[in-house]
Amino acid sequence: MPYPPYMEESIRKLEASRQRRMKEEIPLISSDERDMIVRKYHPDYRETGKRKLLLGPNKDETMPEELANQLEGNSRVDPDKVDLSKIDYDVDVLIIGSGGAGLSAALLAQENGARVLIATKLRLGDSNTIGAEGGTQAADRPNDSPVLHYLDTMGGGHFENVPELVWAMARDAPMAIKWLEDLGVNWDKETDGSMRELELAGECRRRVHSCKDYTGLEVMRVLRDEVRCRDNIDYIEFEPAIELIMDDEGQVAGAILVNLETNKLSPVRAKAVIVATGGLGRLHTQGFPTTNHYGATADGLAMAYRVGCSLIYGDSIQYHPTGAVYPLQLVGILITENVRALGGQIINIDGEQVACNLEPRDILASFEIRECTERHKGITTSAGNVGVWEDIPLIDMLHGEGTIARRLPSLVHKFRRFNIDLIHEPVLVYPTLHYQNGGVRMDANSATEVPGLWAPGEVGGGVHGQNRLGGNATLDIYVFGRRAGREAAQYAKEVKLGKLNLDHVRQWQKELEQLDIAKERPFSPMLLPNYARQPSDYLADLYTEKLQPGLVKLA
Amino acid sequence: MAEAEVAEKVRMFDIYVMEKRYKVPEGLTIQTALEYCGYRLIRGCGCRGGSCGACATVYNFTHDPTLRYGLACQTAVEQDMCVVQIPCFPTAKPSYDLKELKPTGEQVLEIYPDLATCFGCNNCTQSCPQDIEVMDFMSAALRGDFSAVTAESFECVMCGMCAARCPQGLSPYNIAMLIRRLHGRYLLPKSKHLEEKVKEIEEGKYDAEYEKLRSTPMEELRRIYDERWIEPK
Repeated sequence: MPYPPYMEESIRKLEASRQRRMKEEIPLISSDERDMIVRKYHPDYRETGKRKLLLGPNKDETMPEELANQLEGNSRVDPDKVDLSKIDYDVDVLIIGSGGAGLSAALLAQENGARVLIATKLRLGDSNTIGAEGGTQAADRPNDSPVLHYLDTMGGGHFENVPELVWAMARDAPMAIKWLEDLGVNWDKETDGSMRELELAGECRRRVHSCKDYTGLEVMRVLRDEVRCRDNIDYIEFEPAIELIMDDEGQVAGAILVNLETNKLSPVRAKAVIVATGGLGRLHTQGFPTTNHYGATADGLAMAYRVGCSLIYGDSIQYHPTGAVYPLQLVGILITENVRALGGQIINIDGEQVACNLEPRDILASFEIRECTERHKGITTSAGNVGVWEDIPLIDMLHGEGTIARRLPSLVHKFRRFNIDLIHEPVLVYPTLHYQNGGVRMDANSATEVPGLWAPGEVGGGVHGQNRLGGNATLDIYVFGRRAGREAAQYAKEVKLGKLNLDHVRQWQKELEQLDIAKERPFSPMLLPNYARQPSDYLADLYTEKLQPGLVKLA
Repeated sequence: MAEAEVAEKVRMFDIYVMEKRYKVPEGLTIQTALEYCGYRLIRGCGCRGGSCGACATVYNFTHDPTLRYGLACQTAVEQDMCVVQIPCFPTAKPSYDLKELKPTGEQVLEIYPDLATCFGCNNCTQSCPQDIEVMDFMSAALRGDFSAVTAESFECVMCGMCAARCPQGLSPYNIAMLIRRLHGRYLLPKSKHLEEKVKEIEEGKYDAEYEKLRSTPMEELRRIYDERWIEPK
């Protein structure tokens, strides 16, 4: 029983229109029309579920409620009870987080002479990187150039990106790919060694490098293996940072770690700190499900905000247009953008295309929301979720039988477990919380506004403007991870640390008390979401309430 | 809808978590069922999407003792299922410098000498939640066929189940890791256009063009963007 009977009529309509749609080309909309549709339908522009920050560097700016609570949260550390004269680890560079950015930074910091400690919340390498299926952009084909990559990225980000960051990323991209090739990543190649590259939405050339649809997994495995092979890189698992330590010169000088299993606190003194904690999907902003891994709870944003780092585009969240809606076990997981790059179209309940399948992510997400709300042309599941079809079988008709199985093995595998055969059946999709476009303000080496602190990868902001193109997230982490690691190691050679303290935490708690909001705010960082059932409300959540799209608590 | 009606619609299963019985609704994965039971996961939970290998789980049924292996986030609960998670398993992981290695079978045997003690019991294949033919790639490793190892092991999430079940104490997933890296670095042909582009960039070939765009007024930049040539599929 692949799809339930109530979906059959719509699937038949989709199949009936396939021959016609094979030749149907919907043009891309202009950049002016884009502005109009996102403003009307994109969750970033909705007023509900947001509020103004009451303190900190971004005071008076509007943020999603869930993020605002983390930024304004209470510290988990009581400064009076931590003895900073007893240091558990003393290193050159402390890296918080072990995804693609953290491990790239670790390798470059070590190569540049630093003793490195990686503190990570889950296992080494557990991160959003590992689930990244699509690929990595780099302008390395003869008809391409980093300047075109720059232009595409600026346009995709509505020209609100920080140009220096975009150029750093586009320029370093081929070097990052080469670095990974030398570390032993198996990029998809032709027999002569030329890269097999895809064009994703918003890109004027084919420049996305992949490793089947296991790109992030392949790269993460390699980075993790290399980290384990090197001297002078230590790592501690299940031990996240919960607060940064400062010195009396106003420099970041370490962090307090907590052992998640024993609750023991460990102060680390570090000459330089790289916070590479990734994104915030598990905050479920505006109630959306997410593609993010279990630990994506904005830890780095909360810690950096408390030492005085401002955020840029902190309210800009990427809702990936193709998150799974059915079956319930797969709600929120990502259907890679490669599906659309290969010709997979987005189809409504009547078998009609919703928009051009190569529109950038925020545009397509907006079209889907319009189709499912205002136009009532979505397909509603028995759990109350709504979505539109993504026509995957069309790919084999366009590119020949066997293409889906060869190019999308991971996807096919995941759905086959639930008796859905993506080679012959479409998949139901709706926007899902995928990525934080903004983040901690940084320069082209990922240095933040506070000395001694770097913020490469998803936790950093500015490079993607208010919308990120496919293939630029994994690129971002390698490029800025490498830059941060290199510069932090250099900085560690020169800096003189003063006396360590947690005065900023005292000051922060005082301000919360003065505003009389300390009791209302949660502790932050959140560290892990709590999906453990509060007995008796679970069935109600799942089956009795008429849920809004995306409000399922699973996944 | 009243809870009684819900109960009619949703079947409830008995499952045993480390031998403790719970009732959970049909349609959950092992992972979400654990959360339904009230567990807040620390270990044994990662990407929640079948990519990271953090949630390897062994299970069988009260009426059928045959062991099965799955990722908790990808395996649906069934009636009378008995589950135990194995979030971590001790294995040997030698250090090496890829730059100093040769892409040969002898090299792999030097780093993992115990590889030669594999006697083909096939426990590894049976224990793989990704349905990888682990024993096949171990034979390919012994033959020095690195392309076969890379292809066969490419979906490996390194959960460690194969090592947990190996009577010889081998760690197939680590051996495959080394071989895939040797394959990626030494056996896949190098990308010439990549090398050329890296050289051009390092020589500063594109810097002037960027500087020009950088100082282009927004209006004009938007026009250049909208009119840029898009490579046909």
